[in-house]
Amino acid sequence: MWNYTDKVKELYTNPKNVGAIADADVVAEVGSIVCGDALKLYLKLDENGIITDAKFETFGCGSAIASSSALTEMVLGKSIEEASKITNQDIVAFLGGLPEEKMHCSVMGHEALSLAVAKYRGEKIPDEIDTEGEIICKCFGVTDALIRKVIRENRLKTVEQVTNYTKAGGACGSCIPRIEDIIEEELAVAPAPEKERGKQPLTNIRRMQLVEETIQNVIRPELQKDGGNIELVDIDGKTVYVALRGSCANCVASNVTLKNLVEIKLREFVEEDIEVAEAK
Amino acid sequence: MERTIYLDNNATTMVAPEVVDAMLPFLTGRYGNPSSIHGFGGRVGKDLDIARDRVAAFLGADHEYEIVFTGTGTESDNTAILGTLFYYRDRRHIVTSRVEHPAVLSLCKKLERDGYGVTYVPVDGAGNLDMEVLRSSITDDTAIVSIMYANNETGVVFPVSEIGALCREKGVPFHVDAVQAAGKIPIRVNDIGCDLLTVSGHKFHAPKGIGVLYVRRGTRIRPVLYGGHQEKGRRPGTENVPGIVGIGKAAELAMGHLSEYDQRVRGMRDRLEKGILARFKNAHLNGNPSMRVPNTTNIGFEFIEGEAILLYLDQKGIAASSGSACSSGSLEPSHVLRAMGVPFTSAHGSIRFSLSRFVTEEDIDYTLSVLPEVVDSLLRISPFWDKEKKEGKPVTL
Repeated sequence: MWNYTDKVKELYTNPKNVGAIADADVVAEVGSIVCGDALKLYLKLDENGIITDAKFETFGCGSAIASSSALTEMVLGKSIEEASKITNQDIVAFLGGLPEEKMHCSVMGHEALSLAVAKYRGEKIPDEIDTEGEIICKCFGVTDALIRKVIRENRLKTVEQVTNYTKAGGACGSCIPRIEDIIEEELAVAPAPEKERGKQPLTNIRRMQLVEETIQNVIRPELQKDGGNIELVDIDGKTVYVALRGSCANCVASNVTLKNLVEIKLREFVEEDIEVAEAK
Repeated sequence: MERTIYLDNNATTMVAPEVVDAMLPFLTGRYGNPSSIHGFGGRVGKDLDIARDRVAAFLGADHEYEIVFTGTGTESDNTAILGTLFYYRDRRHIVTSRVEHPAVLSLCKKLERDGYGVTYVPVDGAGNLDMEVLRSSITDDTAIVSIMYANNETGVVFPVSEIGALCREKGVPFHVDAVQAAGKIPIRVNDIGCDLLTVSGHKFHAPKGIGVLYVRRGTRIRPVLYGGHQEKGRRPGTENVPGIVGIGKAAELAMGHLSEYDQRVRGMRDRLEKGILARFKNAHLNGNPSMRVPNTTNIGFEFIEGEAILLYLDQKGIAASSGSACSSGSLEPSHVLRAMGVPFTSAHGSIRFSLSRFVTEEDIDYTLSVLPEVVDSLLRISPFWDKEKKEGKPVTL
């Protein structure tokens, strides 16, 4: 059973602004019945570009209905300019949170809004919804542009997170290597953690946080692909003691793993002179 | 609604009151270890014997020592397959179906990664097994054939006796995952002709945490766990005495209620199913209607999504289940429905209702009375229904 917030429950039980607007100024439709969720957003605007009416129709689970309802409530009374600034994170915040696996529902809401804004302005349809874009996930029709955008906006680091936010890679899984490549490219372009290093020496607390984050978000997912795992045992100055678990524990290449994966990643994301040692 | 209308009995069942009563002494005063020399423990062994006899009778086994108690259905499935592979070291091929429970499928996927060849026998649109593929896939290299008796999602029953005869003819061990058949239809291991058979207590009114693996006398199988002498070394570990006593009592009760499943439960299931199919034009049945266990119906609702239906039903006090992607978190709809070729469009809106003898006619009336409100309110939200309506195809009556 999903752990939905009361707000999500309230909104899927009694969604607001359900239905179509017969004389809508903009209609934006995203998703499809094949994907398992779809949203049709109707907007009515006055002469000043203020959204005076917003309605939706949704095919999808409880959180998809709640996200759609939230979206319509959020845009009502706003100018198209203000509405265009709403992100999927804003929708999540409005709902008081969504389970990780359901993040894609908020992304769908944001996609519909972006499409509606573009249509209203008479712009070229944004890349990530453009069917001309390169489709990475064939099962759910997810383009690389959308994947990149979601990675950047939500600072995603693993394939699992990308799947939770966009569904890409969630069905047959054949596009997972491509998603890994995209994540790697995006991490290289947007080095959020890199800002932390090099500038000034890390405090002990900050170093510990970064080591933990890097192990959790970067190293562990990598090891888990091969049935392995890693445990952070201790941090002493710049020496990080870890224990390899699962299939890594008895692997003859465990020392190689320590140096080539764990140490390289920690040096990349935390500090250049981190040492890694195996806890005995 | 203070009472839950529980229509999710393929997920788990209520522990029958008689089963609770039978177990209670072993959770209180009679806590002895049956392996002990002293009478306080040793006397408990007699109760295990009674339970073993009851389960043997329930499955139609010739000898009580053919019954091995395990922890779960999953453990029995894994033990049957791995234990057989451990014996037939030189055979590297497994035959199973595309619609097995994950307890079998996930293991087979893992074995494939370890270098085993696995044939996943397909099913047709009604969920029937492709017997031609099954027949032709068995070779000299095949270590085991593992096929379920009844499918957990659709309730479709497979021709296990026919497969049993085929396996005997070819000299290949045959394991039947009968978890979803137990208590719903008769299980006779000699009629099936299987070497191994799995059932799980909590699917037929025993508690969770107790499973059975039937091992026909003479079947070549190695243990998966090593330890003490319990279960003749086939499943070491101190016996789950309350669980074993419970499943013994549940087996005895189940035999007495089989005709009730065939008559009364089937009648309620059919009434629910017919009622839904007659009321909603966007509803259709998944699975062969004439080859099913009597308690299960799987209905696909087009244009609306399964998790949303479940959440709305939950608010009405009705517990059911769905093969929708969203309800599982896997993002892909049920592998069973996909193997049957059910289009994504209705696989996302599939609902499984599974009954038990504790369901009443009033429960069915109530469910039928609230479903229109649930389905209609979701259809009103759906962007696809409107489209259909405009094309002159009204889906609701």
